[in-house]
Amino acid sequence: MKILVCVSKTPDTTAKIAFSDNNTKFAQDGVQWIINPYDEWYALVRALELKEKDSSITLHLVTVGGADAEPIIRKALALGGDEAIRVNADNHDSFYIASQIAEVAKQGAYDLVFTGKETIDYNGSSIGGLVAELLDLPYVALATKFDLNGTTATITREIEGGEEINEVQLPLVVSCQKGMAEARIPNMRGIMAARTKPLKVVEPVAVDNLTSVVGFELPPAKSGVKLIPADQAEELVRLLHDEAKAI
Amino acid sequence: MSVLIYIDQADGHIKKASYEVLSYGAKIAEQLGTTAEGVVLGKVQDDLAGLGKYGVKKIHQVTNDNLAHLDGQVYAKVIAQVAEKTGAKVIVFSNNVDGKAIAPRLSAKLKAGLVTGAMALPDTSNGFSVKKTVFSGKAFANVAINSDVKIIALNPNAFQVTEGAGTAEVVAFDAAVDAPKVKVTATNKVTGEVPLSEAEVVVSGGRGMKGPENWGMLEELAHLLGAALACSRPVADAHWRPHHEHVGQTGLAIAPNLYIAVGISGAIQHLAGVNRSKVIVVINKDPEAPFFKAADYGIVGDAFEVLPKIIDAVKKLK
Repeated sequence: MKILVCVSKTPDTTAKIAFSDNNTKFAQDGVQWIINPYDEWYALVRALELKEKDSSITLHLVTVGGADAEPIIRKALALGGDEAIRVNADNHDSFYIASQIAEVAKQGAYDLVFTGKETIDYNGSSIGGLVAELLDLPYVALATKFDLNGTTATITREIEGGEEINEVQLPLVVSCQKGMAEARIPNMRGIMAARTKPLKVVEPVAVDNLTSVVGFELPPAKSGVKLIPADQAEELVRLLHDEAKAI
Repeated sequence: MSVLIYIDQADGHIKKASYEVLSYGAKIAEQLGTTAEGVVLGKVQDDLAGLGKYGVKKIHQVTNDNLAHLDGQVYAKVIAQVAEKTGAKVIVFSNNVDGKAIAPRLSAKLKAGLVTGAMALPDTSNGFSVKKTVFSGKAFANVAINSDVKIIALNPNAFQVTEGAGTAEVVAFDAAVDAPKVKVTATNKVTGEVPLSEAEVVVSGGRGMKGPENWGMLEELAHLLGAALACSRPVADAHWRPHHEHVGQTGLAIAPNLYIAVGISGAIQHLAGVNRSKVIVVINKDPEAPFFKAADYGIVGDAFEVLPKIIDAVKKLK
């Protein structure tokens, strides 16, 4: 049984969002980089839990990025996993990235591919679906629970106003979100072990980008808060009704 | 050539998000000088022809027992057949749970560039680019789609529904439908509750509520306003409230007309999930809470004293 977890490098959740080069590039000065939280907290940790229950599981990580993504993938390996693959390509669209992951997944004949539900920078939420279609595999998006019994996966996925329980045979692609697992912190032994775990670098396959970012913009600033004294809280309701027309 | 709109339904009822994508897709068709057509999978109780008032001229309906539940693999293949038959150049989805399961698959199948999280109509003055949210709502990107066929997934609550006059012609579409590989064994819906992603008004609580036993006031306010309940990450992590109520950068991103935050300080990660709300109200006893900077209306005060007054005032209003 082989699991592939897709991890992506993203700016820290508290990073200042600013743009350079006439608003065409994300300003990276002083930005801390992290593993995309959905990839780390939910996809990777749930895969680790599965491996801890069944030691015959092989767990590989894949990232599509330049050499600057390596500290992130080492950090992911410190949490666990047997080896990592970096597809040496940077600055591409979701279709390109998914095509690279699909190629790695095909070569490695994985039974299960986990992704985070989206990255916190591009918010595409499309890698899992793209990879699944390229591999012609079933895909369950926005999973909040995942259990395995032999080759049958039982998955809870989010639907509007509730949840749905799915049963699917492996092989399968799943995008993971809150509920799947609890975040972990790597321990010293993991960090030491990660240094010597294999990190393979492979060259990308030739694929066209279907989209390209033309430019970025920041949302307009709020005009300022209107404060209402606490002892006149009912005034808020009047303002929401008469002025904002929101209730 | 046409603009094809995926009409999302659940249990035979058209979802609210579908009215938004219908209005949005019809506007794109107008922009491109073509017609808007819809596609709906499965049986529907609601009046499909009536959806013409949102600007759609023709609706292709595929009914087949294999479409009883969502399996993105099966659905994408069917929608691809409709897209090819109608010569669709632009295909529109809602960026909701089902849209996220289907649109990427269709994109890979048709080699059609996809932009998810769209916020506005495409700019067709020079090529075709779409404004989308990035950095969890902290910024926007304009993304050009360079392929012949283009797919857009529109953020819920991002586009105003427009109604006119008109009836859509509903036609049965004969498609090859595979047997699903995803088996649905149970559906658990919280009945009587407004789904958070579709809610016009959201009442949200944070650590300042001190404990799950104090949620009664928020529930009462939400009930009076027909609102959905939400919470901050610490509240969900402490299991005071279920995970699906967590809004913020690592939870759900929402964009209601009105967001009322009680006892939430407004960490940058929380703001990222809610800052597209049209009107933000913050109630917090700490005047230095960063959330006030992002708010339209604020009350510096103890939630346990302020909320009963607000609840009374809302009752009087009704």
